[in-house]
Amino acid sequence: MNPGQSEAEAPHPEATGRPIGRRVLLGTLGLGALGVVTAPTLQRGLEAFLGSAADKDPTGLTGLLPNGGGFRYYSVASSVPHKNAANYRLRIDGLVDRPATYTLNDLRAMPQTRMVKDVQCVTGWRVPDTPFEGVRLSQLLDAAGVQAEGTAIRFSCFDGTYTESLTLDQARRADVLVALRMQDKDIGHSHGGPVRLYVAPMYFYKSAKWLSGITVTEDVEPGYWEDRGYDVDAWVGRSNGRDDDPTS
Amino acid sequence: MTLRADAPPQTRVRRFGRSQRWVHHTTAALMGVCVATAACLYIPQFAELVGRRELVVRIHEWAGLALPVPVLAGLASRAFRADLGFLNRFGPHDRVWLRAALHRDKRRSSRPAGKFNAGQKIYASWIAGASLVMLGTGLLMWFTHLTPIQWRTSATFVHDWLALTIGIVLAGHIGMALGDPEARRGLRTGLVSREWAEREHSLWRH
Repeated sequence: MNPGQSEAEAPHPEATGRPIGRRVLLGTLGLGALGVVTAPTLQRGLEAFLGSAADKDPTGLTGLLPNGGGFRYYSVASSVPHKNAANYRLRIDGLVDRPATYTLNDLRAMPQTRMVKDVQCVTGWRVPDTPFEGVRLSQLLDAAGVQAEGTAIRFSCFDGTYTESLTLDQARRADVLVALRMQDKDIGHSHGGPVRLYVAPMYFYKSAKWLSGITVTEDVEPGYWEDRGYDVDAWVGRSNGRDDDPTS
Repeated sequence: MTLRADAPPQTRVRRFGRSQRWVHHTTAALMGVCVATAACLYIPQFAELVGRRELVVRIHEWAGLALPVPVLAGLASRAFRADLGFLNRFGPHDRVWLRAALHRDKRRSSRPAGKFNAGQKIYASWIAGASLVMLGTGLLMWFTHLTPIQWRTSATFVHDWLALTIGIVLAGHIGMALGDPEARRGLRTGLVSREWAEREHSLWRH
């Protein structure tokens, strides 16, 4: 057993040598900083390359790469119940003359609007040319009859946690849907199905998933992420300190 | 235990003291938390399984912030500082080792190494630098209101791609350790067999 390290008695390869380790460390730091500075250019190039690669990728692995195109799943709740045509309900209440509850089939029977626009997330990812289809929110509001003192909408979700908000003017825009279909398919559970909100001109956190309640309120009540620092008026390219191209 | 049952106990030599092992284990644990929470934030299947995005983000942020702390605390130990010196200094034998590694030359004679071989030195320096880049970009993503417009997206971009790279390199690091039980024993108990030391680290004066 040799308890300690012996003291140096002669020049030894371990005792001398050049400080390459420090240079590797500093070089890595420098590359990281350079990466941040050149990120906008790099990101555009990579998105174009990976977008085309993903079209030809049978494994789907490109979807796991950063900015590989496609949606990312964000849920703030620990688990979300699954709803279908049998048990899904959408409640419209608050400052309205005729509160109502819609089933999935009720919503499907109403006039549908289809839009194809980009989806922009506030964390950076963007999915181009995504079709959404559903009932205009303005139509549901008109059917319920918004009272004079109602100026805003509060949305609630059957995940039990998420909430969102819009002003009445925003909610009445033609590009705001109670969406039933996305990418020309019924919206699946992981994308917020069977029914989600779709607010085309705003960052995607406004498009609440698993929509279950529409309440007309007197004032804007900031939603889940807005309580945590995100902008309430989340226009793409004009909020949250970002300059993305507008989506609608 | 070595496979050789006849090995007398005095053939063990000390490779790591308490401080180096503590730094390694706490850093490894924090890195493990960072990787696990990152997977739950990033990989859709795990994200759907776990949910609770806010909680997972908080754990990830605090584990990342704590990641450099064990190394900084380790600086108080002379033995740890000495090992950092060995990791930093590259001698002529390290060039020989790297050239052999590039040519897939696995002969012992062409892989001379001191206490750490050239591959371990480069890994240590790179992972230290990469962790600091992750810390910096992570802080930009965390405190969004402190930074100008484009920075958050740029930091996210670097953070995402470097995370993927670190994941691959870290898997290599763990894979190497899985392939060398005596090296693992060295980090677990602090002791390695003299035979292993002379075979794998011929220039190390233990």
